[in-house]
Amino acid sequence: MQVSMTVNGQQRTDEVEPRMLLAHHLRDNLGLTATNIGCDSTSCGACTVIVDGLSVKSCTVLALQAEGSQVTTLEGLAGEDGELHPVQAAFQSEHGLQCGFCTSGMVMASVGVLAANPNPTDREVREGLEGNLCRCTGYHNIVQAVLKAAEAGPVAGQVPQTQEVSA
Amino acid sequence: MIPSPFDYVRVSSVDEAVAALAEHGEDAKILAGGHSLLPIMKLRLAIPSVLIDISGISELNYVRVEGDQVAIGAGTRHHDLENSEVAKAEVPLLPHVASRVGDPQVRHRGTLGGTVAHCDPASDLPTALLALGGSVVLAGPNGRREVPITEFFLGFFETAMEEGELIVELRVPRTGDAGWAYEKFTRRENDWPIVSAAVAHLPGGRIGVALANMGGVVLKATAVEAALAEGKSIEEAAALAAEGTSPSSDMHADAEYRSHLARLLTRRALTVAAGEAEASTAESTAAA
Ligand code: FES
Ligand code: FES
Repeated sequence: MQVSMTVNGQQRTDEVEPRMLLAHHLRDNLGLTATNIGCDSTSCGACTVIVDGLSVKSCTVLALQAEGSQVTTLEGLAGEDGELHPVQAAFQSEHGLQCGFCTSGMVMASVGVLAANPNPTDREVREGLEGNLCRCTGYHNIVQAVLKAAEAGPVAGQVPQTQEVSA
Repeated sequence: MIPSPFDYVRVSSVDEAVAALAEHGEDAKILAGGHSLLPIMKLRLAIPSVLIDISGISELNYVRVEGDQVAIGAGTRHHDLENSEVAKAEVPLLPHVASRVGDPQVRHRGTLGGTVAHCDPASDLPTALLALGGSVVLAGPNGRREVPITEFFLGFFETAMEEGELIVELRVPRTGDAGWAYEKFTRRENDWPIVSAAVAHLPGGRIGVALANMGGVVLKATAVEAALAEGKSIEEAAALAAEGTSPSSDMHADAEYRSHLARLLTRRALTVAAGEAEASTAESTAAA
């Protein structure tokens, strides 16, 4: 079946099998491989992307369910000039990663956390990221990175495209 | 893991959904948020040949007051329920329990109708609905019918829904600022409950109590409710929480420990709902 969606600001129309998951569509059809698949069972959050302003686990969404949606992946966060999004910059400066496998999902989920709550406490960050697992268990620096990103203000909870992130 | 092949039909009204169900028969399944259905399809525990996607039906997404009840559209996502001002004012147990489901990403997709239709014995929101009472509104080939929630959850992943029907609405009493509590025991914050207890003080003075994961289906703690109605103390009533249950043993807890948890969590929930401050944890689910 045909599916159309706006991915990182670009209109994309592709043929997909109904059973194709959004995560696979992004990775295999659109070549956007920042979105990782870890558990493939809605547990780890590695596949988190933002759909119509809300963070979702793309391993548990059909590509067809994103018909007409605005989708943002990690590739869509940095500015056109390559300037890092405040959450990306904070993950870098606070060293919020070790092997990096969970990182794109953590960053996308963090944008969602900051959209819902621009000034979170340490505990609120931890609760907001409860759907994301880091197998290197570097949670402390991840939380620090989100708190640091919050210092950039509301922009830390937004994506560059026209869409609004609401949570 | 990729589900078995299926045909996909997108519908934009309840009538279209009912017609599609009639056309495709028993191999068709309703898809809403997909957070219960897609995981079991990946595991081949469900192999529907047709998915009927109702997530585009905007008429199924609402929380509103109707007389002495709150009506909630089956397509309402946990995130919307959690943030609904109407729900917070009229039936605060429900938005609180919605906030305890899974994680933010899951709550952004999962729907109330979906979790009720799925009928998992460890499910948070069905437990809360059972404590509240109320009903499930179904649409099918013969129009709409309303099933009391107490008659809806029949057994292990088995509901009172007939072939060709879908859930369109959940109805619960308006409890306003009467007492309520939800006590959930998990290994990690918002996992599936190993056991949980929901308590709601209801209009007319009754107290509803329900338990998750104490058998093949979410259960009403009828012995506890009866003891409370007879004027027994919270201690005495909560001691009966495991009566009539048949908890399983698994890697998280054995049946005996689950029975202990049921009594403990019921006592805590009743105490919190009564406004007597027994806090289970620092952020106990306090209420009115
Ligand atoms: S890959 Fe989607 S949640 Fe783990
Ligand atoms: S940095 Fe290795 S999984 Fe998180």
